[in-house]
Amino acid sequence: MNETHITTDVVVIGAGPVGLFAVFELGLLDLKCHLIDILDRPGGQCAELYPEKPIYDIPGFSVISGQELTDNLMKQIEPFGAVFHYNRMINNVKKLDSGGFKVIDDEGQVYECKVVVVAAGGGSFQPKRPPVPGIEVFEDKSVFYSVRRMEEFKDQDIVIVGGGDSALDWVLSLQPLARSMTLVHRRDNFRAAPDSVNKMKELVAAGKMKLILGQIGELNGENGMLSSMTIKSADEVLSIPVTRLLPFFGLTMKLGPVADWGLDLENNLITVDTEKFETSVPGVFAIGDINTYPGKLKLILSGFHEGALMSQAAKRIISPDERIIFQYTTSSTKLQKKLGVK
Amino acid sequence: MLLLVTDQKGVKHELEALDGWRAMEVMRDWGLNIKAECGGACACATCHVFVDPTWVDRLVPALSEEEAMLDTVADTQDNSRLSCQIIMSDALDGLKLTLAPSAAK
Repeated sequence: MNETHITTDVVVIGAGPVGLFAVFELGLLDLKCHLIDILDRPGGQCAELYPEKPIYDIPGFSVISGQELTDNLMKQIEPFGAVFHYNRMINNVKKLDSGGFKVIDDEGQVYECKVVVVAAGGGSFQPKRPPVPGIEVFEDKSVFYSVRRMEEFKDQDIVIVGGGDSALDWVLSLQPLARSMTLVHRRDNFRAAPDSVNKMKELVAAGKMKLILGQIGELNGENGMLSSMTIKSADEVLSIPVTRLLPFFGLTMKLGPVADWGLDLENNLITVDTEKFETSVPGVFAIGDINTYPGKLKLILSGFHEGALMSQAAKRIISPDERIIFQYTTSSTKLQKKLGVK
Repeated sequence: MLLLVTDQKGVKHELEALDGWRAMEVMRDWGLNIKAECGGACACATCHVFVDPTWVDRLVPALSEEEAMLDTVADTQDNSRLSCQIIMSDALDGLKLTLAPSAAK
């Protein structure tokens, strides 16, 4: 498939619960969607922050986990054939003279659509940057938050920080090609898979790598290239050589490029009306945690409501001449046909 | 009851706290620089605080879930806690906390 140019009715930015349910409401009105998300799977915060945590305020479910809610929504929207694009961030939303929008992601993929729905929650999930003064100058030169090319790490003095699976997996993968390997973690207790932890401890016992209990102190180097760093441990500060640093502290949400799309913002949230949940740019809507209006509550159920009203407004933009009949899925055979009810 | 907080810039705040509120919620409600992105589910560690040494032992100890989340911040100290796991009560009137750099919005 030639992926350079996609045309669709609606681009939904963010595949969290609210973005997913918007597909349902838009689908009942025959609108086709493409969803884009920076994560590698649907669910947004429900998938990344609390997949196993119970949620008690989803109407009709006395308790449901973030992952179950996501799975249920995916099943519910299946009839509408939405297309998902994962691991991508939208850099740009441009209004076209012809009406409609051109949306461009960080891989250069272009989506042409009539309506844009921003359902981006708290923004994009991005790696947590350790609050170490001056770390920015080393980023992408000698400090990395992911491993793109193993070659970059060959014969280097590598320091990996963290105690989860990413940290341990990369310790084991990069240790054979490193000049030296050090794992830094705040305590002698790891969330990572026990098997990886055992393998790491065997390497330490064999003198092939070091494990230091502590936290990142200062970074030293020139022109973005690290030469040494300090590790603060319980009762001492150690200085160790380092030429590649990989901090793995998980993800956090950053507003990101949304701020540059010309939408009116208030405290990093997109202002919308409460009839259509439309932004200051006609044809661009914002639903869920990313929007704000008087009385806003950041609840999943509020986002569902916002998606339903937004869909009516989107339909009027996309099919201005069509009369919209309000129907219930319980009684409408037309809607049931769309849902594949037999 | 009062919650005494020093923010990331060193500014001291005396916050009126309510019984049963999480320390995180008090700080958020008063508009301090606290991200608290998971909303109190012990699922993110962006409400990280340092507890004044005189108060450390008077708090309910951290569960393993909280310790595991603290693994995802780079600036922990021995007195690190997640403020969403500290529930205010009369016994904690006057609790002194310092917001960690990693809790900033």
